[in-house]
Amino acid sequence: MTTIAVVTAGLREPSSTRLLADRLAEAVRQDLPAGSVELPVIDLRLYGKALMDATLTGFVSPELQSAFDTLASADGLIAVTPAFNASFSGLFKLFFDVLPLPSLDGMPVLIAATGGTERHSLVLEHSLRPMFSYLHAIVAPTAVYAATSDFGGDGSDLSPRIDRAAAGFVRLLTACGPRHTPAPAGGDELDQMRALLGGIPNTGNPNGTEHR
Amino acid sequence: MSGMQFGIFTVGDVTRDPTTLTTPSEHERIKATVAIAKKADEVGLDVFATGEHHNPPFVPSSPTTLLAYIAAQTEHLLLSTSTTLITTNDPVKIAEDFSVLQHLCDGRTDVMLGRGNTGPVYPWFGKDIRAAIPLTVENYQLLRTVWDDEVVSWSGKFRAALQGFTLAPRPLDDVPPFVWHASIRSPEIAELAGYFGDGFFANHIFWPPSHTQQQVELYRQRFADYGHGAPEQAIVGLGGQIFMRRNSQDAVREFRPYFNEAPVYGHGPSLEEFTRETPLTVGSPQEVIERTLGFREYVGDYQRQLFLIDHAGLPLKTVLEQLDLLGEEVVPVLREEFAKGRPANVPDAPTHASLLAAKEAADTAPKAEPQSAPTTSKDDQA
Repeated sequence: MTTIAVVTAGLREPSSTRLLADRLAEAVRQDLPAGSVELPVIDLRLYGKALMDATLTGFVSPELQSAFDTLASADGLIAVTPAFNASFSGLFKLFFDVLPLPSLDGMPVLIAATGGTERHSLVLEHSLRPMFSYLHAIVAPTAVYAATSDFGGDGSDLSPRIDRAAAGFVRLLTACGPRHTPAPAGGDELDQMRALLGGIPNTGNPNGTEHR
Repeated sequence: MSGMQFGIFTVGDVTRDPTTLTTPSEHERIKATVAIAKKADEVGLDVFATGEHHNPPFVPSSPTTLLAYIAAQTEHLLLSTSTTLITTNDPVKIAEDFSVLQHLCDGRTDVMLGRGNTGPVYPWFGKDIRAAIPLTVENYQLLRTVWDDEVVSWSGKFRAALQGFTLAPRPLDDVPPFVWHASIRSPEIAELAGYFGDGFFANHIFWPPSHTQQQVELYRQRFADYGHGAPEQAIVGLGGQIFMRRNSQDAVREFRPYFNEAPVYGHGPSLEEFTRETPLTVGSPQEVIERTLGFREYVGDYQRQLFLIDHAGLPLKTVLEQLDLLGEEVVPVLREEFAKGRPANVPDAPTHASLLAAKEAADTAPKAEPQSAPTTSKDDQA
């Protein structure tokens, strides 16, 4: 079973961001063998307070921890945010700011964004793509930007873009194969400590109970 | 003193009391800390530990000065730290400070090592935070060496070399203070403590019990892997956080404003969430007893329990009342209950007397064969 987490940072109910996320998820599902994929949705609006708590105090609520676990153990990610002030929304960024570091290592990601007009579409290239690259994810080349007008008219332009992005993402995902959940943060430090301790001469039990 | 030790640890924060909007001066805070420690001694607690910080709003930048002053005015209290910064302090100076303290207080001291939590402390003391782990290892190794070896010739990466150096004064009875390694979230500290067979202290304040359980399990396992004994023989300490009133609802009502404004977790999770998800207990003495007794279910029988009771702007009078409750109602029950069913092979909390006795026994006993070494043993790597 392939698991693709869907992270959406839409604020309203209903939300066009969520709508885009759902359409991308459905297109990806169609491109994979029937019944072979799970697409758990992480709707960040539900974690607003928990994300702020984690940011301010480092305290991660069990619900947020469970969202982290879902994401870290997924094979791929569909990440969708509204464009705010020429960037992703603060809520979207908060989630990835407090997500433990290696969670996205080597994870194929399909990025998408929504906004009032098409003029903000490069937010995908200027904000989302660099952030996911920094987090060592593998971002699919084709991203989707949906302006308000894309949800009107005949929608004939948005649907093929969704399909094309989904097809590219599935190709990437398939090429990457199954993914192992990265070791939790601290692994490097633990390895470093072990390596360093290996270099210390044996001094016996220093607290004296067995020494001498 | 046998079995477990109970005590308090302070961060030493100067925080405005959110109910009176008054902030103690640094002078008042330091004097209050002394009053708190003396009270802890009076009511029969075993341990007082102070943090080490080098920036406002904290006052304890010189722990052994504070601890020596307290030692002079107390009878039984064991003086410790929470924590002594092994990365940014000169380990030779740590050895000297604790050596003098140990002589002054007749062995009523040990030391808890940690890395601190404020990035700029590294550059302020001429260190590089990126080297935190190598600094920890090298500094601790040197600290051990100047304690354990009479004449030290040593060279390392982070400090001037020593040729023919002898620590003065030598540790009391040639038994250095017991060392704990403290960790909030770093598994490598459990590794370090396990490697040396030292104590491991889990902060146990900011994180859910499952997190503490993992850390302590790792430590116990590594303690055993490195040949210091069975996992249950490892020396474990826990932090904890409590606020008590006879009536549970009074405790919640009174503590809430302090919780809400607390420097570390204030303006974040609610008191109810934090109480549910972390070991924080706000309630009656009985509730504190029950919660605390539950700790051993996930860390095993352990040696030291320290509570944080004097932070977030709580007034001195309130803190002293907490100590009355601890000493009269909580700790006596905890001692009795923790002693029940405690396996015989679980060591008592280490003290100077116990370390001295162990040393004398080891000195007179014929040299034992070294234990069969596990593959990761120091013996293989020496």
